[in-house]
Amino acid sequence: MKFTWFNLMPWPYLPEDFREKHRSVWVDIPNTLYDPVRGHAVYHEYMDQLEYADSLGFDGIGVNEHHQNGYGLMPSPNIIAAGLARRTSRAAICVIGNSIALYNPPIRVAEEFAMLDVISGGRLVAGFPVGTPMDTNFCYGQIPALTRDKYREAHDLIMRAWAAEEPFAFDGKYNQLRWVNCWPKPIQKPHPPIYVPGGGSVETYDFCLDHDYNYSYLSFGGYKAGKMLLDQYWERVAQRGKDESPYRAAFAQLIAVADTDEEAERLYAEHILYFYNRCLRVYPGFADPPGYRTVKTIRAGTLTVLRRENQQLFQNVTWKDLIERGMVIAGSPETVRQRMEELIKTLRVGHVFCLLHNGNQTDEKTRHSTRLFAERVMPHLRNLWPEWEHDERWWIHPIENRVRPEETVGARR
Amino acid sequence: MNARTLETRKGARVRLLEGGADDARPLVFLHGVAGLLDDHTFLDLLAERYRVLAPELPGYGESAGEELLEDMLDFALHGWDVVEALGLGGRRPLLVGHSMGGMIAAEMACLAPGALDKLVLVDALGLWLDEHPVPDLFSFLPFEFGDVLFHDPDRGAALLTGGLDFSDEEALREFLVANARRLGTAGKILFPVPNRRVSKRLYRATVDTRVVWGESDRLVPPAHADRWAELLPCASVTRVAEAGHMVPYEQPEALAREVAAFFG
Repeated sequence: MKFTWFNLMPWPYLPEDFREKHRSVWVDIPNTLYDPVRGHAVYHEYMDQLEYADSLGFDGIGVNEHHQNGYGLMPSPNIIAAGLARRTSRAAICVIGNSIALYNPPIRVAEEFAMLDVISGGRLVAGFPVGTPMDTNFCYGQIPALTRDKYREAHDLIMRAWAAEEPFAFDGKYNQLRWVNCWPKPIQKPHPPIYVPGGGSVETYDFCLDHDYNYSYLSFGGYKAGKMLLDQYWERVAQRGKDESPYRAAFAQLIAVADTDEEAERLYAEHILYFYNRCLRVYPGFADPPGYRTVKTIRAGTLTVLRRENQQLFQNVTWKDLIERGMVIAGSPETVRQRMEELIKTLRVGHVFCLLHNGNQTDEKTRHSTRLFAERVMPHLRNLWPEWEHDERWWIHPIENRVRPEETVGARR
Repeated sequence: MNARTLETRKGARVRLLEGGADDARPLVFLHGVAGLLDDHTFLDLLAERYRVLAPELPGYGESAGEELLEDMLDFALHGWDVVEALGLGGRRPLLVGHSMGGMIAAEMACLAPGALDKLVLVDALGLWLDEHPVPDLFSFLPFEFGDVLFHDPDRGAALLTGGLDFSDEEALREFLVANARRLGTAGKILFPVPNRRVSKRLYRATVDTRVVWGESDRLVPPAHADRWAELLPCASVTRVAEAGHMVPYEQPEALAREVAAFFG
């Protein structure tokens, strides 16, 4: 099993009446709620936590990309990843990822990911999300019906750029480049491991299986709700005649560990409820621009959020709901171990993105929870897939003789 | 109105509503972003004087081949492909474009002004004025359309959905599916900002033009009418009272009178 410590980097100072006063945490959130001076401390605290996770033996440390979003302070995850690459030397740097259709031209992603792979000594995990409608369409102006087509073209350009050993011309529908010549190139060959976050469309399953990329389901719905989707994914894997290595799939889970179950509620409930009840307020009109989803997906979807009478209502979720529905795994190390084992086995995943900082959780509590997970949970979950123990197809292959920045910086002082 | 289907040379299959005498002057109506609604009063009134031809854009209703249309030039040439497929026997059509259809009609006029008899733009999309922005119709929830598109939102919502009841789950779902197809297609020329720079080409549209606007259009503010008239070489403006963006459906008689007065 591989465990990646993930920080969404939420803004921790959303007011208590955020839900009543504002329709969305994303796209048109009032940017006066952001305070750059407080932001200075927040970035450093969050980056320190990612480095702390590396020191505790997490396999990876993870960042992602969101725009105009109150629970994501990383419009450019590559900037954070560059900082982490300089201050760590062991964990994989998981950038999940760059919304490749948004970069103009997308060769920029090939270059920056190559830089990160080189600086980190071959520790980059490269995520290629299609991107949410909020980020891709409403914040970055991509035409909904053409987003997937543009994504595919960007993918083809990046992969060709990494593979080619001579300059080539690229005559795409969205990108025309006379001289593509990626410089620098990544350390990992033929390329860093590719992770594609998905939300249940068959097209994305097939895209991952066609290229042998990892399929990552990153939801905040928890492992019980996630089972339906991953069952469909594994069904597709079987239909396509691919092997069933659990490392083909990753899942994100909110986690909080304390000495006892009661202590977990006492320490973390307010912060996790901050996340669900304030950070996840997204105006439904931003979630589904016509053309982004296929007709098939719309037919299968739920409609309740679209009704006028439901716009003012909100069923505030409670701690009990979160635990019972598996949205959050929280409790004593033993409780968390049991639930995590259930998650890993029922979803058949080899990678878990562990969301151990949540909402406006303080640094002290985050480190406490992280340390308990690393020391008293993780070691018991390591060997749940013994038959796939040597399957490294979806993990990093760093160089042996890499610079250890955390050591050399001290030595030069 | 009678319905039939034609195929363009490019391969799009277009459903067409047709009415009026065969030997009357041909009038092509390009529908707006909401499509051709069930209520055809406006077309029926025009059909008393003209041979009315109302093609449905691919992605709307039964028309197909929207994957063939990707950018503004594709949409404008598709407009001419349809005119060609109508077989007007060399007669230059009168062209009426409403909303998104007005944007397409204006582009068609820039490409081939001499091939049109006269042009009417009704509450046309296609310009961007910073002081008079068009709201983001792609982020509307279904229940919000009526409010923005009509002078009288309650009556408008009923017109828009053909009386569909959104509290009925299946009805809402079917509306969403059709809406995704329609606005998915429209988004190629309207998202994220409904401006594909027709303003810099309008000097070419030398056809005699009338710009007609609903006085209470909350989607494309009435100030846009004046800007169209400034940019078009031979245009004048008239306005329709108690009409929002959906003039052809909200005030069909008044609009038909305006059109007939101008076309003769």
